[in-house]
Amino acid sequence: MTVKHRLPLLEMRGIVKRFPGVLALSDVNITVHAGEVHVLIGENGAGKSTLIKILSGVFLPDTGTILFEGKPVAIRNPRDAQMLGVSTIYQELNLVPDMTVAENIFLGREPMRLRRLGIVDRRLLNRQADELLTTLNLQIDPQAVIKSLGIAQQQMVEIAKALSLNAQLIIMDEPTAVLTTHEIDQLFATIAELKRRGVAIIYISHRLDEVKTLGDRVTVLRDGGWVGTVQVADTSIDQLIRMMVGRDLADKFPKIPVAPGEEVLRVEHLSRNGVLHDINFYLRRGEVLGIAGLVGAGRTELARVIFGADPLHGGQIFMHGQPIDIRSPGHAIRKGIALVPEDRKRHGILAHLSIKHNITLTALSDFSRRGFINMRQEDAHAQDYAAAMRIASPDLERWVHYLSGGNQQKVVIAKWLSSRADIFLFDEPTRGIDVAAKVEVYQLMNELIKRGAAIVMISSELPEILGMSDRILVMRGGRICGEFLRADATEENILERALRGSPENLHRQTEAWCE
Amino acid sequence: MSDAPLRDSAVQPSPTAPRVQSIDVVLRRLPWGRIGMPAVLVAMAVFFGTINPNFWSVTNLTNVSRQMSILALISIGQTFAILSAGIDLSVGSLLALVSVACAQGMLAFGLAGGIAIGVLAGCLAGLVNGVLIAKARIPAFIATLGMLVAARGLALTLSGGLPIAGLPHEFLFIGAGYLGPFPLPSVIAAVAFVIAYLLLSRTRFGRYVYAMGSNEEAAVLSGVNVVKYKILVYVVSGMFAGIAGVVLTSRVISGQPTLGEVQELYSIAAVVIGGGKITGGVGGIGRTLMGVLVLGMLSNGLNLIQVSSYVQNIVVGAIIIIAVYIDLARERRR
Repeated sequence: MTVKHRLPLLEMRGIVKRFPGVLALSDVNITVHAGEVHVLIGENGAGKSTLIKILSGVFLPDTGTILFEGKPVAIRNPRDAQMLGVSTIYQELNLVPDMTVAENIFLGREPMRLRRLGIVDRRLLNRQADELLTTLNLQIDPQAVIKSLGIAQQQMVEIAKALSLNAQLIIMDEPTAVLTTHEIDQLFATIAELKRRGVAIIYISHRLDEVKTLGDRVTVLRDGGWVGTVQVADTSIDQLIRMMVGRDLADKFPKIPVAPGEEVLRVEHLSRNGVLHDINFYLRRGEVLGIAGLVGAGRTELARVIFGADPLHGGQIFMHGQPIDIRSPGHAIRKGIALVPEDRKRHGILAHLSIKHNITLTALSDFSRRGFINMRQEDAHAQDYAAAMRIASPDLERWVHYLSGGNQQKVVIAKWLSSRADIFLFDEPTRGIDVAAKVEVYQLMNELIKRGAAIVMISSELPEILGMSDRILVMRGGRICGEFLRADATEENILERALRGSPENLHRQTEAWCE
Repeated sequence: MSDAPLRDSAVQPSPTAPRVQSIDVVLRRLPWGRIGMPAVLVAMAVFFGTINPNFWSVTNLTNVSRQMSILALISIGQTFAILSAGIDLSVGSLLALVSVACAQGMLAFGLAGGIAIGVLAGCLAGLVNGVLIAKARIPAFIATLGMLVAARGLALTLSGGLPIAGLPHEFLFIGAGYLGPFPLPSVIAAVAFVIAYLLLSRTRFGRYVYAMGSNEEAAVLSGVNVVKYKILVYVVSGMFAGIAGVVLTSRVISGQPTLGEVQELYSIAAVVIGGGKITGGVGGIGRTLMGVLVLGMLSNGLNLIQVSSYVQNIVVGAIIIIAVYIDLARERRR
């Protein structure tokens, strides 16, 4: 291709970054040309975010060189990156929600009328913002307040802001994760416009179909190492998966089927105002019930209601055939229900408590008398469950804060195992953890099932749903809109129920879910 | 291949430290988190003792420990509040309210009745704080700020703004008496430390205090009855303020509606100087003890070496900020 003749815009060579106890990046190389969309892929924990944080000046590399337009540069802080023309658009957008689009774009660089007095020339500010947005074919009112915009439009404002800073390289961190299909089309159109202008883009994604539609080249990272850079046109999605995972997918879902036993949980006409409508399902001992659906379909809300974390406004829950009114999470725990929450940081871990104290938190009443904890029993208990979960830390007194995402998730699961529950609600149990840890979580589910537990597994990863569930419910808009047995379920029929969109949308989303 | 393992092993012990072994490196590797505060205390004691040998006299040490006991007691309660990610700004005013309640109760119901009413008044005010914070979800800062103002007002109203005298003579024993060689207030504070230590480290209540402070939402989802235990936190804080108020009333042998001004701020200072995190979840009763000792020894030592009380305030203020800065710096480096 033509880009090869020119000097690359950016070259990172031999980048190494260590954190205490972890080699986050070892000898990573990446070359990006002007006008190229360079996709960066890899499992969680592969080092993608560390690499872009080095490029955007958040971290300093331990060794390695960065060349910008052929010249070695040092990016010591975010400001250096900005001066070079490197802008990063994070998933959590950096916009001030109560200010207007124009004010955000030119924040800190407002055109002044009377410079001395610091009076902003609002008319000029709005005109400049309008011009910028128009050249990007964006229909956004520069005077609209940011919080009144959708997330997609906010992203566009970030892109416009980056351009106003003369960005030559824009890094986008999973921009489509929060967008609808239509919004994704709009984003892709904007990216095409950026390419036309010669702006280079480093695009991080988990959706391999996007790599095919959007990317020119792909760099794959695995466990902090550089696996390779390939041309998108010459590479299949299967090849990319093999590069990311480092092995074949066959052993990714070690499902062991168990004959289902009696019903342990039944939900009838359950509703919660505005969130859940007339939900009916049952769960049997020995079963993994997968709940699929898009983000916002009401799956997490359903789990929270069953767990007593949110009140229900209608319907009835039955446990072992008996109606039950679950008043609080504490009550649910006493009844043998466990919820492994979706948002590990917010709802799962207690960061400044030790591993031991995290694990035993749900079970303290098992080994305390008159409020006093039996320390020896607690130690033994924590050690048992840490060992069962193979938590890779020699010291259970360590703060959970200092563990990797995968190990934190294992601590959360160990906490729930230790509550001796027999109904487990797993909400996105493998989000943000690496492949090896995922397989361990699946094996643990098998183990629970063999011991007679029942599992509800909420997941946005279709392969996981298909690979681990005995039955599958599909949710959409707070309702259950489909049920499949393991044998009948395919990605297509699940998605058809989850989306009920046009066939084209369906095709796109199918690919999007085939991570 | 030949030099890589060599380089690795040289770097391994401390990747960030310079490769040359020096005293500097050795010093830096010491577990400062654990020995830092005791080391500072020893250094302070040696410093003051060298300038004024009276520092080490039995009379002086006895005095310091008695003076510190009031701050120690309310700082224990404050530790619970701050660990749970809250704060109790009312403890200073509660000293006054408790003092007035205790004195009036004593005049009406006798010695034991007065003591009981004093401690109960503290618990009750704490219960009000706790219900406002846990049930009505008013931020702890606001709820206890309201109590700070209101409790002072109540103390002044009940007493008509005047000291309440005429308390029985035997009551003096609590503030001025001795148990063996130890002043009774110091013994009470020491017992309170032990009880609070056991509560925080050995009981479910204590564990839940840390859990709420570290991540309240996760604690709720782990089945912790946050409403109940939060209320308990403020009752405990009020109870220790109640005990402190009774001891203080005995020391001044009268009910005083003006006692304890800004003491709540010193109790917060004691917690954070010891290394407790103001946002909750990190700290402990041992650390608070260190903070109380630093503040107590500082004011005594500075008095002995004849630093004016004006300048003392500057020093104490600086110490609060420096102590927290050192903690933050250490955490950032990890």
